[in-house]
Amino acid sequence: MQNQRIIGTPQDRVDGRAKVTGAAPYVADFAAGQPILQAHPVGSAIARGRILAMDTSRALAVPGVVEVFTHENRPRTSWFGSSWQDEVAPPGQPLRPLHDARILHSGQPIALVVAETYEAARHAANLVTVAYEEEAHHTDLGLRLGTAYVPPKTRSGTTPPPKPKGDVEAALAAAPVTHQARYSVAAEVHNAMEPHATTVIVEEGGALLIHDKIQGVMNTQATVCAIFGLAKEKVRVVTPYLGGGFGSGLRPHHQCFLAVMAALALNRSVKLVLPRDHQFFLAHRPQTEMLVALGATRDGKLTAIRHDAIAGTSTYEDHQEVVVNWTNLLYPAPNVSLSHKLVKLDIESPTDMRAPGAPIGLFAAESAMDELAEKLGMCPLQLRLVNHADTDEVSNKRHTSKELRAAYRMGAERFGWQGRPLAPRAMKDGHELVGWGMATGAWEAQMQTHHARVMLDGEGRATVGVATADIGTGTYTILTQIAAEALGLPMARVTVLLGDSLLPKAPVSGGSWTAASAGAAVDDACARLKAELLRLAQKKGRLLGATLEDLRFADGAMARWSDAGTAIPLADILGESGRDSLVADGKAGPDMLSQLRYSSHAHSAVFAEVRVDEALGQVRVTRMVQAVAAGRILNPKTARSQVIGGAVWGIGMALHEEAQEDHVLGRRMNHNLAEYHIPACADVPDIDVLFVEEHDPRTSPLGVKGLGEIGICGAPPAIANAVWHATGRRVRDLPMTIERVLGLKDTPA
Amino acid sequence: MRPFTFSRPEAPALAIAGKDAASRFLAGGTNLVDLMKYDVERPAAVLDLGRIAGLREVTQAGGTLRIGALVTNADAAAHPLVLAHHPLLADAILAGATPQLRNMATTGGNLLQRTRCHYFYDRQTACNKREPGTGCPAIGGVNRIHAILGASESCIATHPSDMCVALAALEAVVVAQGPEGERRIPMAEFHRLPGNEPQRDTTLGERELITAVEIPAWDYGAHRTYLKLRDRLSYAFALVSVAAAVTLEGGRIAKARIALGGVAHKPWRVAEAETMLQGQAPGEDAFAAAASLILRGAQGQGHNDFKIELARRAIPRALHQAAHATPQSHVEKRIA
Ligand SMILES: Cc1cc2nc3c(=O)[nH]c(=O)nc-3n(C[C@H](O)[C@H](O)[C@H](O)COP(=O)(O)OP(=O)(O)OC[C@H]3O[C@@H](n4cnc5c(N)ncnc54)[C@H](O)[C@@H]3O)c2cc1C
Ligand code: SF4
Repeated sequence: MQNQRIIGTPQDRVDGRAKVTGAAPYVADFAAGQPILQAHPVGSAIARGRILAMDTSRALAVPGVVEVFTHENRPRTSWFGSSWQDEVAPPGQPLRPLHDARILHSGQPIALVVAETYEAARHAANLVTVAYEEEAHHTDLGLRLGTAYVPPKTRSGTTPPPKPKGDVEAALAAAPVTHQARYSVAAEVHNAMEPHATTVIVEEGGALLIHDKIQGVMNTQATVCAIFGLAKEKVRVVTPYLGGGFGSGLRPHHQCFLAVMAALALNRSVKLVLPRDHQFFLAHRPQTEMLVALGATRDGKLTAIRHDAIAGTSTYEDHQEVVVNWTNLLYPAPNVSLSHKLVKLDIESPTDMRAPGAPIGLFAAESAMDELAEKLGMCPLQLRLVNHADTDEVSNKRHTSKELRAAYRMGAERFGWQGRPLAPRAMKDGHELVGWGMATGAWEAQMQTHHARVMLDGEGRATVGVATADIGTGTYTILTQIAAEALGLPMARVTVLLGDSLLPKAPVSGGSWTAASAGAAVDDACARLKAELLRLAQKKGRLLGATLEDLRFADGAMARWSDAGTAIPLADILGESGRDSLVADGKAGPDMLSQLRYSSHAHSAVFAEVRVDEALGQVRVTRMVQAVAAGRILNPKTARSQVIGGAVWGIGMALHEEAQEDHVLGRRMNHNLAEYHIPACADVPDIDVLFVEEHDPRTSPLGVKGLGEIGICGAPPAIANAVWHATGRRVRDLPMTIERVLGLKDTPA
Repeated sequence: MRPFTFSRPEAPALAIAGKDAASRFLAGGTNLVDLMKYDVERPAAVLDLGRIAGLREVTQAGGTLRIGALVTNADAAAHPLVLAHHPLLADAILAGATPQLRNMATTGGNLLQRTRCHYFYDRQTACNKREPGTGCPAIGGVNRIHAILGASESCIATHPSDMCVALAALEAVVVAQGPEGERRIPMAEFHRLPGNEPQRDTTLGERELITAVEIPAWDYGAHRTYLKLRDRLSYAFALVSVAAAVTLEGGRIAKARIALGGVAHKPWRVAEAETMLQGQAPGEDAFAAAASLILRGAQGQGHNDFKIELARRAIPRALHQAAHATPQSHVEKRIA
C-alpha cells in the first residue's frame, strides 16, 4: 500500500522563493567575507596561428593589478594532456588554456588579468597587446564538407549510427515515391542567464573551496585534482544553484582552470565571471549539414531511409552527438543507411546543448516526412502512424513502454488537427497565411549510478543529500517530494542538499537522467532508513512481527495499516533509542539486464500553428500543443515548466538562434544578446502541454523517464512544417529568418 | 572600462564649458555605458546631465511640440501632448527596445546612439568608425544588418534608432546649444552619411549640447504608421522600418512623409517620392512607385541583399496602413 500521495501532485518549487528573492547564492555571489581578487580573461583575436609576443606592461601598470598570466609565465600544471580529460570530454585533447603559444580558435583565452577590483582587471585586460603569426584558418563548414570523416573513436555515452541495412540506393531507385533534400541547422550558442563563473576560496591550510558553474561538482573536483595534482580532500566544490546549465555546464570550462591556477599561484581567493561576449567563444551546438532520402510505397510505408549528417567540431576534439539514429528509431524500414561525420574547423569544441543531436536530426527527419506526406497526398500524422515503430530497430530491442500513438491522438485532438486542409496556402486571414504543422520528438531515457543519503533528526526532520545539481530543472523539489512521500513527512520537514562534492557521489546532471536516477537513489535511502527505524522500534518492543509492508508512514509517524492506534512518531523512535539522528545510504543505477533487452525513450507529438505575413515574411507562432509520453510524472507543475522551456528553445532554434561567423576573420560576430536572438515574450504563445499516461516499471525504479530535453526535440520541425503549410515554401535551413521565409536568400544546392 | 572623471554640471552653460572632444555627456547611459564597458568609447571625462533643470519638459507653443533632451523615451511615448499631436513618434518609440530601456533612454541619447555594427562593438577587429583608417571588415563580412542606401567604401553601418525615423518623417528640428549659442538643426541634416569620415555620425559639434527636439504642427491623426520588421516580434533592432504619415483631401493624398530606418547611416527620406504622391489617389501602384523612388540606388552587401526587396514591400504596406488610418499596433504584433 502507499503512503500519502505527494509524488505526482503539482508542487511549487521548494527553492522558488530563495531564487526570486535573491537569497539563493550563485557562483558569483560567493564572497566568503574576505577580500577576493577579480580576474578577467583576454581572448584571441585570430582563429589560428601563434602568439609571437605579448606586452603586458601597460596592464601591469594599472593600479590594483596583481598579476597578468600568459603562456609565458603561467605556473606549471600537469604536463600530461590526459590529466585534462573531464568526465564528459569527447575523444581528443581538451583545450589547455595558456599552455603554449598556439591559437586554436578565435576568442581562446590567452591571458588572465588578476586585480583587486573587477574594474581594474577589465580595464587592464584591454591594455594587453598581442603580436600574432596568423595561419590560414577554416571556419566555414559548407566549404569543408569534402574533409568530413567518421570519428575514429566514439565519444562515450553516445551511440554511433548502426551498420547499414539492406540496399538503400536500390530501394530508393525502386520506390514508387521518394523524397530527397538537404537540411541544415546553424550553430547555436549557450546563453544561460548566469554566465560561466568560478569563485575559488583559498582556505587556511591551503585547501580550496571552489564554486564553479558546473552541472556536476564531482566533475570539477576530479578535473581540478588531476590538472593541479591536488588530493581530493584538499578540493571541495560547492555549487548549490545554477542559473541554467543546458549542457554548457557539463564540463569544467577554461574559466575554472584559470581561476584555480591564479588562486594557487597567488595564494589568494579569486573570482572569475566571464563577460557575455566571452561566453560566445566557450561552447556551442554544432552547425550541422544533413541529407535525408526517403523511399515509400504508395500507401506510405517506408522502404528506404537515408540520413547523413556532417557536423563541425574543433581541431582538437571530436565532439559527437546522436543526430541520425532518431530517424530509424521512429520509423522502421528494410533498407537503412545512417551516417554521422565530422569536419575539423578552427573553432572551439562544441558542447552538448539541450537534447544534443536530437532536434537537429529530427528537424531534417520530420521535415522530410512532411515532404513525403505532401508527395503522397497523405495527412502527415497518418504517415507517422503508418510507419510507427513498435520496436527499436536501431538497437534491435523492445521498448520498455511507448505511448506515442496515444500522444499523437491526444495532441491532435487538443490542437484540432482534424479537418486540416492537406494543401498549403489554404488558410488565410488578412495579410497572414495560417499553417498547421506537426512533428514527433524523442529522447533517450537513461539512468546513471547515483548515491544518496538521508538523515532523520530528533525533531523528525529529514535531510537528503546527493552531489547532483539542480540545473534549474526542479531537482530540489522532486527529491523533496520523493523523500517526503517515502517517509510520510510533510514536504516542509524535508530539506534537500545538492551540489556539494562532500555529498554522496553522483555524475553530472544531464541527459534527463537526474530525476530517474537521483530520485531512485533517494527512494532507496529512505527505504533503508525506514527499515532501520523499524528495527529500532522493534528493539524497544514496538510493532513486533511487522514488516515494512505492514506499515504506513504518515504525519511523521509510522503505524500498522490495520491499526492507527499503533502509531509512533519517528522522532520518538530516535528518542527511545537514545539517538540524535539516524542516517541511511542508498544507491540506484541502471538495471543491466533490462538494458540488454529493452530500449527506453520519452516521446512527444508536437502540433504548431503559425501565421506568416505573406509579403513581409514575419512569422508568428500562435499555438503549440505538446503531448508528451515520458513515463511517470513526478510533479506536473515542474514537468510542464520543463516542457515549456524546451518548447520555447525550439521556437528559438526554428526562428531565431544563429551564431554568425565571419569566415574572413574566423570569428563569431554577433557576440551579445542584442544581436544574438532568442525568443522574446512576444514570440511565445500559450504552450499547451499534455502528459500521456505511461506506466513503465522497467525504465527506472520510479517509472520515470526524464523531461529535461523532450520539449525541444519536435518543436523546430513542427514549426517548419507549419510554415510550409502556411506559405507553400519549404525552409530547410534553420533559423527560418525573414529572408528564408520569403525565399530571398540563396540556399546551397 | 578606462578610468575617467565624473562630474555633474548643474546648468547647460557649465556642461558646455566642461565639454571637449575627449569627454562625453551622460544621459540615460544605455548606450554610452555599454560602449565604455566594451572599450569602444573611452572618455577621459563623463559629464552627467541629470542635474540640469529644464531639459525634462514636453511643451507645446504655436503648434510646435517641444520635447526636452532628457525626457525619457517612456515618458515621451506616454505624454498626452505627444499622443495628441504626434502619435507617430510614440508609435516609433514603443517599437524600440524594452520598457526597462525606454525608462532610462532619453531623447538626446536616442538621437546620438551609435550603430549596432558587430565590428564597431568588437575592439579586437578593425573598424573605420571606431578607429579611422583601420578598414571596414563588415564589407565582405557579416553584414546582414547593414546599409543598403547611402553607404560608402569606408563604412556600411546603419543608424539603429526607431525614434529618429519618426522624427525624420515629421521634419523635426534638433535644438543644440554650444559655446556660440543656440543652433537649430533640421533632422535631415543632423545625421550624416559615412562618406570617408564614418567616425562622425552627426553634424553636432564636439561642444554642443542637445537641449530639445521640436516638431512642427501637422495633423495627420490616424493616417500614420510605424511599421517595423525585425528578427523577432519584440526587442530587436529594425531590419527595415518605415515611418509614414499622410493627409488626404477629397480622396487624394495632400501630403505624404516617409522615412526608412535600418537601411542607412541616417533615417532615409526621399523628397521626390513624397512630392510624387501628392495629388495621387492612394493605391498600390502609387505606393510601389514611391518605393522605387525611395530605393533608387539601393545596393546590397551580400547578407543584407534581401533588405532591398523587404523595403520594397514594406513601404507600400506602410503607406497602405497610413492611407487607411490603420496604424501598426505595437502591442498586437500582427501586421495590419
Ligand atoms: C539591448 C538594447 C536594445 C535596444 N533596442 C532599440 C531599438 O529597438 N530601437 C531603438 O531605437 N533603440 C534601441 N536601443 C537603443 C536605445 O534607444 C538607446 O541606447 C538610447 O536611446 C540611448 O539613450 P540614453 O539616454 O541612454 O543615451 P546615453 O547612453 O546616455 O548617451 C548616448 C550618447 O548620446 C550622448 N548624449 C546624450 N544626451 C545628450 C545631449 N543632451 N546632448 C549631447 N549629447 C548627448 C552621450 O554623450 C552619448 O554619446 C536599444 C538599446 C539596447 C541596449
Ligand atoms: S560598417 Fe562602419 S561601423 Fe561597421 S565595421 Fe565598417 S566602418 Fe566599422
